[in-house]
Amino acid sequence: MHPVLAMTVDPWIAALALLTVAVTVAMGFWSAGKSKSAGDFFVAGRSVSVGWNASAISGEYLSAASFMGVAGMVMLNGYDALWYPVCYACGYLFLLLFIAGPLRRFGAYTIPDFAEGRYDSPLFRKIAVCFVLFIGFFYTMPQMKGAGTTLAYIFPGLPYWAGVVVVGAVITLNVSLGGMKGITLVQAFQYWLKMFAIALPVFVLASVVGHYHEHLGANAAAGSPAVPAAAERKALPAKAPKDEQWIAPFGSLTTKAVDSAIKSAPSPEAKAELEAARRPYSLLYTYSLIIALVCGTAGLPHILVRFYTNPDGVAAKRTTMWVMILIGVFYVFPPVYGVLGRSLTPELYEAVGSKGTDKVVLELPTLLAGKDHPLLGSVLSGITCAGAFAAFMSTFSGLLVSMTGALAHDIYGRILRPQSTPEQRLKAFKWSAVLIGGLAIALGTQVEKPNINFLVGQAFAIAAASYFPLLFMSVWWRGMTMKGAASGMLGGGLAALAAITLTTLSDVYSVQSLADFWVAHPLLRILCEQPAIWAVPLSIGLMIVVSKATAAEVPADVRMKMLVLHAPESLGLKQEYIKEHEGLGH
Amino acid sequence: MKESERTPDHVHSDAFLAKLMRDQLKLSVACALCFAVALVALPLLNYWQPELMARRVGGFTLTWLILGVLFFPFVWVISYVFIRRSIALEEAEAKAARDGSRA
Repeated sequence: MHPVLAMTVDPWIAALALLTVAVTVAMGFWSAGKSKSAGDFFVAGRSVSVGWNASAISGEYLSAASFMGVAGMVMLNGYDALWYPVCYACGYLFLLLFIAGPLRRFGAYTIPDFAEGRYDSPLFRKIAVCFVLFIGFFYTMPQMKGAGTTLAYIFPGLPYWAGVVVVGAVITLNVSLGGMKGITLVQAFQYWLKMFAIALPVFVLASVVGHYHEHLGANAAAGSPAVPAAAERKALPAKAPKDEQWIAPFGSLTTKAVDSAIKSAPSPEAKAELEAARRPYSLLYTYSLIIALVCGTAGLPHILVRFYTNPDGVAAKRTTMWVMILIGVFYVFPPVYGVLGRSLTPELYEAVGSKGTDKVVLELPTLLAGKDHPLLGSVLSGITCAGAFAAFMSTFSGLLVSMTGALAHDIYGRILRPQSTPEQRLKAFKWSAVLIGGLAIALGTQVEKPNINFLVGQAFAIAAASYFPLLFMSVWWRGMTMKGAASGMLGGGLAALAAITLTTLSDVYSVQSLADFWVAHPLLRILCEQPAIWAVPLSIGLMIVVSKATAAEVPADVRMKMLVLHAPESLGLKQEYIKEHEGLGH
Repeated sequence: MKESERTPDHVHSDAFLAKLMRDQLKLSVACALCFAVALVALPLLNYWQPELMARRVGGFTLTWLILGVLFFPFVWVISYVFIRRSIALEEAEAKAARDGSRA
């Protein structure tokens, strides 16, 4: 090993992180022997039990953004960042209420299968496949970023790209060997690892340095001073947000656009006008964020595909219930790191990106070393590093399976080589995994600069304005036509993408003319940064208008399709529908 | 077509489908409303009643306690109620479909 590396690497942290990787790979290999048929690879033979499936969905869902990003955001932005974990968890309720059951009853392998089955349109399948791949790549980038920064934390001096390549290659190998079944097992294991890794250090830390409510109480709120004799805290650097702003709603996250406009307001009148608009605008920002996160959760393709791994619709619903409990319990913890971090590691406010608040989860346990528990500090920091590994590894595997499924099952199996044998398709799955994994690694090396949660937010806003309206309307409205569905999905999704790209251009690539425009128009800036509040209604509106205009093209057997989507599975309508359908089609 | 003989005709009627979708949607929308009211109300309370929401409960401010901790159990309750009712609804629908075929 390089002498500099050897000196700074904490053996406990490195060992626990490596152990996580080793167990993940070993489980992948072990289950590879058990995955035989194409069904095993794509949807785990549809026979995963509720407990396993709920753990696996939760494991897949709790990504680097949840594990590291939420804590960092709460530390940086305070109260407003709490909407992230709450809506990440509550979006599942939407999924459960409106989408989970019908989708499962319809019985198709993937979302493109559903798109084609519902509208009898191979063209629409192709459009949907492109979107699965598209949203997927947006979501893989922050995971890769998490991998690069965590590895750079464990091995100081290791370049960012090396972490991305190493972690990406390991997961790609795992997926191409084990497919979905292997992944279900690995994901379930990783949920429990993450839960353990986020919860245990909190309890130990709290018993040594003071509890959640004590550290929160140390922050003065407007009209309510800090609780006297609360926990110890270090002096905040100048860059840190002030107590009143941090602990109260409508803080820096939601007022950033207006604040920068106020700074360069041309006249006192304009300034007063902007001051007055500040709170209404931040209310608008908050609502748009809520819509993006709630609807985005209900539209993420790599989560949706797992509903097909339930044996029946009742199991799908029970699974969602358990997922909500599992991730709800998890999400109570990351904000605790943010609150403790504000009191105890305020120096993180001074750094940016991967060296800043994003790594508070990894950094905080090492404080115990300064409290006469050096070994405990190292071990706990090792545990949170292992959890971070589990976080980006499991989410990336899930995405890889979903995207590989789209490529192998839809593009190869349905479009390029419809006559291929099951063996050929299995081979295609493996090669597709390698291809997509390679592409994701290449993209991941390009996103060192933007922060994790920002990247995830983009994926959510696009999913909220495309997949969510598609699924919701297709399930509940008989009058939808393929043209209506496609124009709504593409119109909403691309409009959201365009708006977000505009803000990325000015923030990440520092396009000056755009930055000046935002300063002059803070409301437009908020609407572009958080487009869900207009993009979701736009998408649904387009679906309704175009469907009405093309009402003659409503699929002829729409009544039967709706019956399959909604009638209890015990009536056995699905088999009947598929037989009839095949009879008509061939 | 043996399969379609097994399913009673009235299952394929528009009335049956309309009732099916209406009942399910009613349940889903009722549960979604509970959820949506909370999501809409909390920012509004923060907006109009900042002093009330900043009141201390333990070390937490009231609004932090609601959003950071209590929101999760609230959603679990809604989903638990929904799942119980929705499974019961499905059983009733299946029974109605079979009884209808005997009549």
